Amino acid sequence: MAGLIAGRLALGLVTLWLVSAIIFLGVEALPGDACTAILERDAHGAALETCRKALGLETPALERYLSWAAGVARGDFGLSAHGQQDIAGLVGYRMRNSFLLAAGALAVGIPLAIALGVVAGLTRDRWPDLLFSTGAILAMTIPDFVAATVLILVFAIWLGWVPAIVLTPADAPPLEFFPEFILASTVLAMLMVAHVMRMVRASVIEAMSSDYVQMATLKGVPYRQVVLRHALPNALLPAINVIALTVAWLLGGVVVVEVVFNYPGLGRLLVDAISGRDLPVVQAITMIVAASYVAVNLVADLLGLLLNPRLRSYRARQR
Amino acid sequence: MSAAAPLIDIRKLCVGFRGRAGTILPVLHEVDLSVCRGESLGIVGESGSGKSTLALAAMGYLRPGLQKLAGAVLFDGQEMFDRPAAELARIRGGKLGLIPQNSGQALTPTLRIGAQIAEALRLHCDHDPATHRARACDLLEQVRLPEPEAILRRYPHELSGGQQQRVAIAMALAGEPDALLLDEPTTGLDVTTQAHILDLLRDLARARSMAMVYVSHDLGVIARVCDRVQVLYAGETVLTGPARAVLRAPAHPYTAALLAAIPRLGERTLPRALGGRPPGPDEPREGCAFAPRCALATGACRAARPDMAEAPDGQAARCLFPGAAPSRDAGHAAPACPADSPCVLRVVDLSVRHARPGWHMRLRGRVPPATVAGVTFDLRRGETLGLVGESGSGKSTILRALAGLLPPASGEIVPGDGTRLAGAVERRRPQDLRRIQMIFQNPDASLNPRHTIAEILAQPLRLYFGLTGQALAARAEELLATVRLGAECLDRRPGQLSGGEKQRVAVARALAADPEVVLCDEITSALDVSVQAAVLDLLNDLKARRGMAFVFVSHDLAVVRALSDRVAVLYQGRLCETGPAAAVHGAPSHPYTAALLGAALAPDPDHVPRLLAEDAVDPGPPARGCPFQRRCPVRRGAICETDTPPAREAAPGHLIRCHIPLHELCATAPG
Amino acid sequence: MSALTATRRRRAGALLRDLVARPSGAIGVALVVAHALMALFSPWLVPYDYKAMEATITLAEPSAAHWLGTDHLGRDVLTRVMLGGREALVITGIATPVAMLWGGLAGIWLGLRGGWPDEVAMRLVDAFLALPGILPLLVLITVFGTGGEVLLPTLAFFFGIPVIRVARAAAHEVVARDFVAAARARGHAPLDIVRREILPNVTDTLLVEGAMRWSWMLLGFSALSFLGFGVAPPRPDWGLMISDARVYMSLAPWGVIAPVLALSTLIIGINLTADALAGALGLDRGRKAVI
Repeated sequence: MAGLIAGRLALGLVTLWLVSAIIFLGVEALPGDACTAILERDAHGAALETCRKALGLETPALERYLSWAAGVARGDFGLSAHGQQDIAGLVGYRMRNSFLLAAGALAVGIPLAIALGVVAGLTRDRWPDLLFSTGAILAMTIPDFVAATVLILVFAIWLGWVPAIVLTPADAPPLEFFPEFILASTVLAMLMVAHVMRMVRASVIEAMSSDYVQMATLKGVPYRQVVLRHALPNALLPAINVIALTVAWLLGGVVVVEVVFNYPGLGRLLVDAISGRDLPVVQAITMIVAASYVAVNLVADLLGLLLNPRLRSYRARQR
Repeated sequence: MSAAAPLIDIRKLCVGFRGRAGTILPVLHEVDLSVCRGESLGIVGESGSGKSTLALAAMGYLRPGLQKLAGAVLFDGQEMFDRPAAELARIRGGKLGLIPQNSGQALTPTLRIGAQIAEALRLHCDHDPATHRARACDLLEQVRLPEPEAILRRYPHELSGGQQQRVAIAMALAGEPDALLLDEPTTGLDVTTQAHILDLLRDLARARSMAMVYVSHDLGVIARVCDRVQVLYAGETVLTGPARAVLRAPAHPYTAALLAAIPRLGERTLPRALGGRPPGPDEPREGCAFAPRCALATGACRAARPDMAEAPDGQAARCLFPGAAPSRDAGHAAPACPADSPCVLRVVDLSVRHARPGWHMRLRGRVPPATVAGVTFDLRRGETLGLVGESGSGKSTILRALAGLLPPASGEIVPGDGTRLAGAVERRRPQDLRRIQMIFQNPDASLNPRHTIAEILAQPLRLYFGLTGQALAARAEELLATVRLGAECLDRRPGQLSGGEKQRVAVARALAADPEVVLCDEITSALDVSVQAAVLDLLNDLKARRGMAFVFVSHDLAVVRALSDRVAVLYQGRLCETGPAAAVHGAPSHPYTAALLGAALAPDPDHVPRLLAEDAVDPGPPARGCPFQRRCPVRRGAICETDTPPAREAAPGHLIRCHIPLHELCATAPG
Repeated sequence: MSALTATRRRRAGALLRDLVARPSGAIGVALVVAHALMALFSPWLVPYDYKAMEATITLAEPSAAHWLGTDHLGRDVLTRVMLGGREALVITGIATPVAMLWGGLAGIWLGLRGGWPDEVAMRLVDAFLALPGILPLLVLITVFGTGGEVLLPTLAFFFGIPVIRVARAAAHEVVARDFVAAARARGHAPLDIVRREILPNVTDTLLVEGAMRWSWMLLGFSALSFLGFGVAPPRPDWGLMISDARVYMSLAPWGVIAPVLALSTLIIGINLTADALAGALGLDRGRKAVI
């Protein structure tokens, strides 16, 4: 078992290393560098030379990659191109805000999605299922920025419950951007609920038509217990990985939603950085999001290994 | 209630489902069934006859989509389908137990065996919960499972098929049932395991005087455990009666034909095939459902559905001419291979590994023994070699190695022209590829569902002979005719054919190459007996008329006996015994052959199988010594564990690999 | 060969009939076809020039002259909504098949090849999937510009990566089946086996996957436009229109609602079609035959 976990961790690290290489190479391949971004119109001649020397840009790419990667591993992302701020400090509060947003969406979304999926799966092709499934399709198909816009239209403009446009600094206490937080996490939760619910529904239907559920029924197990003891544990195990993927998607998907709600998180910072061509910041944020993606998937993988007896001994036997 | 009142009483039960067109299609049609305490009833039928539906209906349960249309299902005098859910739950698993077909899938994968048995005890017994663990152990001991404490802690997938089946039996016994429903409980198990489980069930039923309803397609199993038999055909009861009478002199022509289609262990004759197929639920039915396939059918049979009529020996048959069916005659013997025919395939010291051992295994010197090792045989033109063994014996692995799908680790494969064949299919010469063709176990898997039959047959014809256009079409049609299928099949896809038809297409595809050697991997095990007989007949015909040679792999000794000139018995990928079919089936025998032959069943009420081998699971071939050392009942001690047994020649061409001298082996062999 | 194409055509016809027989399929196909027709013929149908601004009637309410009102520059909203899907449909309509093709072929090849190329490629795929959402698109677009010649290959590349995984899994499943073993044992060339035995059994999965990917690509494309990285003004695009009109939402909600409805109906149409397609091909999980 310990060997298995170690193996997974190693795979996660390999993925992270590849991600860092892709990000570094990707930025490297782009025309222009940090200095052209810093100096903007003055990026020529002696000024450019001095800047490059100052930032150590004329050292070979491999060396720069190594020092960058070493910094990232310590949590030091270097300085931003604009204003020469420490990126770690720039990102800190925004990261907290983005993770809060994701956590809020998850805390509501996952239990709701599982509950709806289970009910839909158990009442397959009857009205609760039809209702939830149709709802899920609608929720999946409405773009997040459209949903966000509609929410603002309804709650800010028509009902006037929340201010339509707010400018909250990133380091404000979370309560200050509570209205945006609620609206933004609602939009994120809606999309996530739709995806996870459909998956849970299919999984529950499969489990309920399995031989072991039929056998449990014919063993005299009451319906509630058949569902809770026999069907659900088996149905929800494969859902773990889908939930993980959705969570990972959530981390990337916050970009648009944060922009729409003007929410002081990583996503908005990212869009600003891209518009301003602040490449070190883009690198840093990408790396953070990718690392969380890898971490979430790793946790899901390990959880699946721990909870699924079949997987556990199958993998163990393979070794 | 009088003592004679039946415990399970089903009257005129009709069950159906709503078809695509919206009409109700029947699955069961006015079926009666009754079983008393202490009685054991066998329900026999081929796939699609509705036998499993009937057994589940006895528990007041229908699979989703099915509905009860009419009739009554009484348990203990009360209708099952009218009972409230709580009462049904109390009866199911309590007084009325079920042993499912595939316990591997019927046990909940995420719960330990202990938890699942304890659940049954909690639901159905009012014992003190503290005693449940001991009681569960006790139950596992009753089903003869060794180390019950360890088993309780395991998950279902950690047990072998036979162990899973025993756990399912223990779970049914936990409710202290009055009646047991058994839905093909030994299908898919090895013969030796099956014999042990049937033995256990017989003893349990007798000791507890339970009523048993035993559903099976296998008349041999029914003969072993049942007092009475009820035969279903296309959702109708066609025959009921005492097991002895039904098996000896069946009063219904369908049962007679079914019995004639079963190959017998003691006879070297091909069983008689039964043409046609039963009507599906969506086909309109007038008159007797069996009439289209019945040799005795008259105009009256096709006009009206016959009622159940009294027949000799206490039977009742749904037939206008009960008892008129001819009794079983000896089928025609398979033609023997001429002694002087040339060798078309020689296999020398073949060994196969599924996975190459990794470098760390080789470094530490812990290379596991090969899956198949030391297999040597030769095959002559027009000869059929039967490869027999239980699951895991490596028989399919050998075929895959011969076909080049699994390159051998060592050894030689030499076709008729004497040149050595390359291991991997990619490195074989085209003419060698054409010479050896393989037919797979399950036609659903071996025929691409996306292609029409014409396209499937065209592939080898284009590849080997470069046929196109008219010539191609003509040849494809000819091939279909050879396997007794009409040209109308050409436009169909495999999904539109029945199981037997699909397998015949697979045979036709192999024939398209005009091969010298055909490798048959359990090609009849997915088929019903009546269909199996037709396929066996076809193979024999090809062998006699075209001089093709077959390597026929099967777990069924009787089938192998009916078809083969020579037989090779495998255990754990090693040969135990090879020789002419008659010699292998007679004395002297390798202890494993003797165990297999002893455990085999026959559709004969007087046949008593003998349990010779221990019913244990062998995890893999041993590194040294005799492959059968762990289960052998006549083990000689240390020598069996250290030395490879010598091949002794009992008669010309009859080799037995055992440390025990031949004259002593004669004593242990089945008479 | 002609007989074979005929059966293929017959199969496509049967599939379409089966698709339309399902209520979700009928609605989905109708929506997609309606949008496609609109995209094809809208240049001849629109009442105004999409660039024509009338300063006197900015943010006008719907009227007989302007059925859906006007935007903040006084341009006709109906005209712009009718034209606003063209660029998205053309670019994603080309990029989706390209993504399916390269991702599908790469996935099938890796699934069959196995070994170290498979290991390496899967790690790379993992790494690419770890990059957050539309971020790589954003970066490339800011650098190279937002023309179709940048968007199309970028979308096709990044949306092809997850397809590799799907195709690889599907290929794995098919390769293990006996008809592939039978073809190998007969000695067919590897390419023949891929073309005849494997592709026909993988295409179903890829077809459904492709429909889903198309809707996601449309979502991604409009999100880019919404963020200002997609279609450049003054060309009309739904995402861009929503973004522009959002500011005036309290004054002129129709400016938001019209493009939202247009975009949503198209995506709902694609999703319903994909769902019905999966059903018609027997791919939806948990559906078992009664007998």
